[in-house]
Amino acid sequence: MNMNRFSKKSAVDASKRTFLKVAAGGTAGLVLGVSFNATAQSAVDSALQYNAFVSVSPDNKVRIFIKHLEMGQGVFTGLATCIAEEMDADWAQVVCEHAPVDTAKYANLLMGQQATGGSTAIANSFMQMRNAGAAAKAMIVAAAAQRWNVPAGEIKVTDGMVTHGTRSASFGELAVDAAAQSTPTPESLTLKSPADFKLIGSDNTLRKDIGKHNGTAIYTQDVKLPGMLTAVVSHSPLFGGKVKSYDATKTLARKGVVNVFEIDNGVVVLANDYWTANMGRQDLVVEWDNSNAETRSTSDILGEYRGLVETTGAIAESEGDVDGVLSNSSDTHELVFEFPYLAHAQMEPMNCVAKVDGKSAELWYGCQSATGDQMAIAEHLGSQLADIKIHTLFAGGGFGRRANPASDYVLEAVRIAQKVPGTAVKLVWSREDDMEAGYYRPAYVHKLSAALDSDGMPEALQVRVAGQSIMEGTPMAAMMMVDGIDMTSIEGLAEMSYEFPERQVELHTTKVGVPVQWWRSVGNTHTAFSKEVFIDALARKAGRDPIEYRLELLKNNPRETAVLKLVAEKAGWGTKVLPEGWGRGVAVHTSFGSTVAEIADVSVDGDTFKVEHVTVVVDCGIAVNPNVIKAQIESGIAYGLSAALDDELTLTNGIVDQTNFHNYRVLRMNAMPEVEVHILPSNNAPSGVGEPGTPPIAPAVANAIAAATGRILTRLPLRLG
Amino acid sequence: MAYTLNINGQTHEVDVDGDMPLLWVVRDHLNFTGSKFGCGVAQCGACTMQIDGAATRTCVLTVANAVGKSITTIEGLKSPEAKALQAAWVELQVPQCGYCQSGQIMSATALLEKNASPSDSDIESAMSGNICRCGTYSRIKAGIHMAAGRIKNVGEIA
Repeated sequence: MNMNRFSKKSAVDASKRTFLKVAAGGTAGLVLGVSFNATAQSAVDSALQYNAFVSVSPDNKVRIFIKHLEMGQGVFTGLATCIAEEMDADWAQVVCEHAPVDTAKYANLLMGQQATGGSTAIANSFMQMRNAGAAAKAMIVAAAAQRWNVPAGEIKVTDGMVTHGTRSASFGELAVDAAAQSTPTPESLTLKSPADFKLIGSDNTLRKDIGKHNGTAIYTQDVKLPGMLTAVVSHSPLFGGKVKSYDATKTLARKGVVNVFEIDNGVVVLANDYWTANMGRQDLVVEWDNSNAETRSTSDILGEYRGLVETTGAIAESEGDVDGVLSNSSDTHELVFEFPYLAHAQMEPMNCVAKVDGKSAELWYGCQSATGDQMAIAEHLGSQLADIKIHTLFAGGGFGRRANPASDYVLEAVRIAQKVPGTAVKLVWSREDDMEAGYYRPAYVHKLSAALDSDGMPEALQVRVAGQSIMEGTPMAAMMMVDGIDMTSIEGLAEMSYEFPERQVELHTTKVGVPVQWWRSVGNTHTAFSKEVFIDALARKAGRDPIEYRLELLKNNPRETAVLKLVAEKAGWGTKVLPEGWGRGVAVHTSFGSTVAEIADVSVDGDTFKVEHVTVVVDCGIAVNPNVIKAQIESGIAYGLSAALDDELTLTNGIVDQTNFHNYRVLRMNAMPEVEVHILPSNNAPSGVGEPGTPPIAPAVANAIAAATGRILTRLPLRLG
Repeated sequence: MAYTLNINGQTHEVDVDGDMPLLWVVRDHLNFTGSKFGCGVAQCGACTMQIDGAATRTCVLTVANAVGKSITTIEGLKSPEAKALQAAWVELQVPQCGYCQSGQIMSATALLEKNASPSDSDIESAMSGNICRCGTYSRIKAGIHMAAGRIKNVGEIA
């Protein structure tokens, strides 16, 4: 069986086809000249909107509508850079805001729906945004040509100024006339050649998600509307539990509590402020029906998985007779890996402001799955998509959590708001609510077994993975699952970059009543770890240098080879002398179209260790904003390091053991290493940066510990003691 | 019950439960929303304000205990240290999601106001109570050093 039939590439192609079908309905990326009723979010005169993404106002502001959620990844800056580049706008005149939810205009071109995720923001829109900028510039130039009665071809545009001979005008001075110009056809636009880029690739593009240094940036938590009430919900302590009965006598007696009622997954307390609502919730007496709840402990679940990887699973990828080679080999090596459940623990706990009146709804929140949420709300209310108006706000981190396939917290807010028609309700989850609500990165066990030749090089590899599917039961299952196999459970291990003459990847998809979902870098959060620690162990066993050994297995992979060689050079691999007791480890992984290699220097002292320094090389194609790319790689490493050092979510008899940051520990400043990021120069199309920094860090650290101590750690979080 | 609070140099009257944490009084009743709610148990630092000059987790400080104190929120920062830090934050592009950054700046300001040239380890001990899930720690550290350097230079010139 060959994995190619459901490779990532074909999944992307399929989604492109889906999009094209949507687009054929009348809308492609550019909706030039169409005056649409923009965005309740801005008071922009729609007549000044040149296309779905750009408007210029007489005050000389270039306003850019960002179709993706800004949750820290720098998407305001990235998309605006592509537009401003082709427009030849002055970066200082550019302001950004979230676009409204409108799938026809603002679809993610790799997904066919309006959504942010999969590290695709730049990858899907690089050309679309450049075209939008070039189109806006053409309209401005046409307006100047008309006003000055000169050929458009003689007009120059530089830094937001339009000139011809001695005449000049700002974008603002031409704004109204330009908006009245006819829409340029896409074929008439000429995009810049990369050699002429002034903003793309430069560090002269200060971030456009502003107000975060002085408290003026507005998040969902900060929304205040006239008459708005705050809601908290008492949820079952067990996944799958339901309300049997409740007594709200004491809650209702508290001053400031407005109402208490039941919705399908809990009991709601509505109050004038959060504190009162939360205290009112503590006074509730709720009896739960746990007859269908998950009551197992994570120790039971992982024990079951350890048994499963000793048996043959569903075959996802197979080349050759792996079982035969393994059983006849005189030299085999195997390792079993364990991964806990992980919470996302983004800084802003889930929240959502909703106002429902009959079949219409208006929402304000950090909306990540725009189309998915809008459809879920419309379906719930029995209304049309146009009845559901969503205002997207900055999100206080996401890491996957806000793109919930069930729109869990969004529908919860809608169900609450339905009970008080016409009143805005802010649903607020406490940190405890957020941590105990599920939708975790699933727990997994992997077993990797290799047959080795007399030089210690692999002849065959068998991979077995056991754990829950994050796609099963979601709208994405049709695209991401084939014959019951969730590609995201094995991505990175299947279609592995290292060449093994014979290989087989098997999957045991388990059923557990704990809701799961993607977590920054999805399957690569675990597959990169077992792959890279295993390869390192094979190199060590063969007495070979870990980078040389990898390069031999990457002979036909020039991209990973180049990244690995450069990171070795930048880190002084094999030449730099480390202090006594330190070790250094390497890992390389390709995800979301980008290749990242990391070398971690780790000091070990008895049972404790500290990651001191990380050298990184990233190949993400054309670097649109080098500073943002570096920030995302630093961030991806910090997030992955948190999971390597601390993060672990466990259940005892179905109850989540961790409730807040005192017992769900995360990376703090004192454990943050120095991170040195190098971007590999490239002329290829841009690929992801939000997630690809995360996968290599945990294995690089484990391999460094192995180099320092000889101990191969196969369980996350890493523990020497 | 009615309480009188001194926030950012101004007097504010509120009528709330005396057990209500200062954070919620400030956010929900006085509409200063720069200080954030992250954990509610003094573990993450997103709610940090200065109380009589000291960086304080206001999600666990009751309003009754804040009476008579000088309260500074991110909206009220005025000191040269605070301004230098905020400028460095923009220049070094420290914030990502930004949700923790008000708290980070409040803690950093309290540090610089007491220690004009903090070492890396001074910074780590002052700042490790502030969680950033985006992992902007290296830039926060660099921002504090940049601000400290500039204040020092201004001082020398003066």
